Amino acid sequence: METKKLICINCPLGCSLEVSINKESGEYNVTGNTCKRGESYAIGELTNPTRIVTTSLFVQNGKQKMVSAKTSTEIPKNLIMPSMIYLANIKVNAPIKTGDVLVENILGTGANIVATRTVDKR
Amino acid sequence: MINKDLCIIGGGPAGLAAAIKAREEGIEDILIIERDTCLGGILNQCIHNGFGLHVFKEQLTGPEYAERFIDKVKELNIEYMCDTMVLEVSQEKYATCVNTKDGLVQIKAKAIVLTMGCRERTRGALNIPGFRPAGVFSAGTAQRFVNMEGYKVGREVVILGSGDIGLIMARRLTLEGASVKMVLEIMPYSGGLKRNIVQCLDDFDIPLYLNHTVVKIHGKDRVTGVTIAKVDENRKPIKDTEEFVSCDTLLLSVGLIPENELSKNAGIEIDSVTGGPIVNECYETSIEGIFACGNVVHVHDLVDFVTGESYIAGKGAAKYIKGELKSGSDADTINVKAKNGVRYTVPQSIRISNVEDTVNLFLRVDNIYKDTCLVVKDGENIIYKAKKKVLAPGEMESIKINRKVLEKVKGSKLVVELLKE
Amino acid sequence: MYNVVVIGAGIVGALTARELSKYNLNILLLDKEMEVSNGTTKANSAIVHAGYDPYVGSNKARLNVEGNRMFGKLCHDLDVPFKKVGSLVVAFSEEEMLKVKELYERGAANGVPDMDIIQKERLKEIEPNISNDAYGALWAKTAGITSPYELCIAACENAACNGAHIKLNTKVLKIDKLDDGFVVKTGKEDYKTQYIVNAAGLFADEINKMLGGEEFNITPRKGEYCLFDRGQGDLAKHILFQTPTKMGKGILVTPTVHGNLIMGPSSENIDDKYDLSTTDEGLAKVLAQGSRTINKFSRRDIITSFTGLRASVEGGDFIINSPTYGAVNAAGIDSPGLTAAPAIAKELVSMLNQMGLKLEEKDFNPKRHKPKSFRDMTDEEKAEAIEKNPLYGRIICRCETVSEGEIVDAIKGPAGARTVDGVKRRVRAGMGRCQGGFCMPRVVEILSRELNIPYMDVVKDNKDGYIFTGRLKDNLSKGGEADDK
Repeated sequence: METKKLICINCPLGCSLEVSINKESGEYNVTGNTCKRGESYAIGELTNPTRIVTTSLFVQNGKQKMVSAKTSTEIPKNLIMPSMIYLANIKVNAPIKTGDVLVENILGTGANIVATRTVDKR
Repeated sequence: MINKDLCIIGGGPAGLAAAIKAREEGIEDILIIERDTCLGGILNQCIHNGFGLHVFKEQLTGPEYAERFIDKVKELNIEYMCDTMVLEVSQEKYATCVNTKDGLVQIKAKAIVLTMGCRERTRGALNIPGFRPAGVFSAGTAQRFVNMEGYKVGREVVILGSGDIGLIMARRLTLEGASVKMVLEIMPYSGGLKRNIVQCLDDFDIPLYLNHTVVKIHGKDRVTGVTIAKVDENRKPIKDTEEFVSCDTLLLSVGLIPENELSKNAGIEIDSVTGGPIVNECYETSIEGIFACGNVVHVHDLVDFVTGESYIAGKGAAKYIKGELKSGSDADTINVKAKNGVRYTVPQSIRISNVEDTVNLFLRVDNIYKDTCLVVKDGENIIYKAKKKVLAPGEMESIKINRKVLEKVKGSKLVVELLKE
Repeated sequence: MYNVVVIGAGIVGALTARELSKYNLNILLLDKEMEVSNGTTKANSAIVHAGYDPYVGSNKARLNVEGNRMFGKLCHDLDVPFKKVGSLVVAFSEEEMLKVKELYERGAANGVPDMDIIQKERLKEIEPNISNDAYGALWAKTAGITSPYELCIAACENAACNGAHIKLNTKVLKIDKLDDGFVVKTGKEDYKTQYIVNAAGLFADEINKMLGGEEFNITPRKGEYCLFDRGQGDLAKHILFQTPTKMGKGILVTPTVHGNLIMGPSSENIDDKYDLSTTDEGLAKVLAQGSRTINKFSRRDIITSFTGLRASVEGGDFIINSPTYGAVNAAGIDSPGLTAAPAIAKELVSMLNQMGLKLEEKDFNPKRHKPKSFRDMTDEEKAEAIEKNPLYGRIICRCETVSEGEIVDAIKGPAGARTVDGVKRRVRAGMGRCQGGFCMPRVVEILSRELNIPYMDVVKDNKDGYIFTGRLKDNLSKGGEADDK
């Protein structure tokens, strides 16, 4: 029985989780979580850790210089920096509305980059 | 002179929520005054997520959270002025403000809500010896430069202070290509949320050194490094542990201070522990008809609580304008005191006749406590008790007390404290 | 071709340039920094001394007393704050009272008016917060406080208005002597001039060497200060000295013209002319010794600390001489340098005149007017100011209530600000509670716009004090790696 201790990052509660892996059956057992998301987070951390990425991108012709954006869903941790490098090279134009898809399916992750604020045209 | 029913000073999440609630309670003539070019307050530069889990049951980024309220303000046709600075608020509820278009404007309001937020503690206040080169930033200012102006502030960064802003910036700078060498924290515990330690430091292998501080800044024109040292139980640096760390940037995330210059000049009584106005159950200050909510009253960790608090203040202001607030006689007012491990509570007084169903008492403890009991006492009588596995200064707690329980309170004082079980 | 090149735009150089601009002359004021007043002038006690301290017969004594006499009118003409609060040299024992008596006698010999020796009772009357251990004091009523960098900036502005040229970011590397003057080589341009004034502060020994004068060495003397919040200035009604020691006048406690309280300076000879670092020991010393005089202050009210370097020379007196024909030195201008500066300027010009510089009076405007600060205006004045210039309606620095209009005015104009700290020193944006946390991004934007330079090129204080390391993502977008770890 291998156990790992984690802090859940899904919400500000930050539950202290313990995940144990049954080496023979391959089953995971999670304790310490207050909700179901904690359970999936714990298992995810061991198998395929993912994160939401938030950032800020330059806007052309906008009332503001930058638009804040995020991945529409979690992406694998090891694709975070490559995504940032990818995003450094794209151009975004005003007008932008919160929720607009700025990049579709970034680096094949299935996640879009969506705007998290509205930027009107200058 | 402009007459308004309600004047709200600050268009961040506190001001927006207060305005919306006041309108929903029937107040027509509302004006929000905001110094920045658009509404949203500090949330505009908080591009990370974690906002709204309580209020919207969703994880939103700062700008998204703000936009929900900005949209509502626009939908309700609530008036606001941006790029406008309030210079003075008076006891008689006059507000004097300036902007480039209207010049100097005086507003006479029936009620005012103060929602000016807070500022960051500075290097000067810390008195860190050394040179005064470029490259020393408070974390929030660095955040503004990166997220809103689009400029990099440094290549090799040391962060002093493990409050949330410092942790968030550790991640942000790393994502934009900088090397964050370490986060230093003078206390034996971090001031930020645990989730931020994981997703901002652990994720990027950025070490967190507790019980450490910066004792000297090097570099004549631009930072070239810092001398760090371990501290003892009294938070004093231990000379033998001094170590030079080379870097070109020092970020300071060493505390937030409620911004109450306007409040002080109006003669509003300030709580020396919170740094904000002393408020009652409606978030009314010591001056009748002037309310305050959000970070200007006490520094929050979660904007969701700011919103909750601001709804109460907005409703209180509305009731005041409508003449429905009962100004308590002494017999009706209960004072709330913090003791034994509890650093402060807000509100500091409760007038029972103005409580509808419940009162939320917000509080912070002064240290990390494990396996204790959070209690509220009326004399020797315990009227609330909750077992707590962990309590930390960096995580605000709240206690819900029923009106029925308050009505049974015999004394005029409630004490909130920690008991060892 | 210039008649006079003044090297160093500190208080002596600025007042000398101004003095020269009263005459029909081509004047050039040079400084190696990006801003005027960036050396010793910007970090000192800001005190206009009465003149009892310097030894009888010294340059310091003569020029201190004369400078003190000139100071009121000078500040009035240049619209710079000056308050004649008076000074007290406080004694804490009978022995120290003897020292006080000595200073009184020295002052009398130096020609210092309006002095009294007072005992404990009277001392307590006029200075209520003085420590209970105080025995008595020397009360000199002609001492005062001012704002040295504001005075220096104002003098530069006035000199420029009267025709003087100012070139900053210009370091003197070499001086060639000709038959009819000098060539001043700066690495950028060469300037031909008939006469030279060496007012180069900490580096006056280097300029003196370039001029071939009899060598002297300038030793930087470090002084650390503690600055307390506005409102704390009420703790002291006068400038409060302790009895002097070998290293100088000791640690003083004084209100500033802006309402703050200053404690300091410590006094330590160092080697590095660029070492402006503050130290724990220095600050601790300042607070410990300051509390001998007044102990009613709180450490929580300290908003910042800073260091100044004074140029001290062996012998301890000002070096006012001619290193070679056609040039004059004003070197070793440590305390009472600020006080003496107006008198030094006059003396230098007189020395140049004796060496043949023609002083033809011209139409000179001695006055420089500083528009009222927005924060000091009445509501009516504020409304009027915004009407005239809408930029006065945008408050950039909330803590000190500084408007965009004032910041723009501080940048434009003959000796205008070029850096974030230059703006700070002129209009106080960034000097308040939040120390620039809120206003710095905006000040950078305004500097960028008004100076027509990229946002990223705006610096804090001098050309190597860069604020930004690049535009966001510029290293990522090269298609390459993140910055090397």
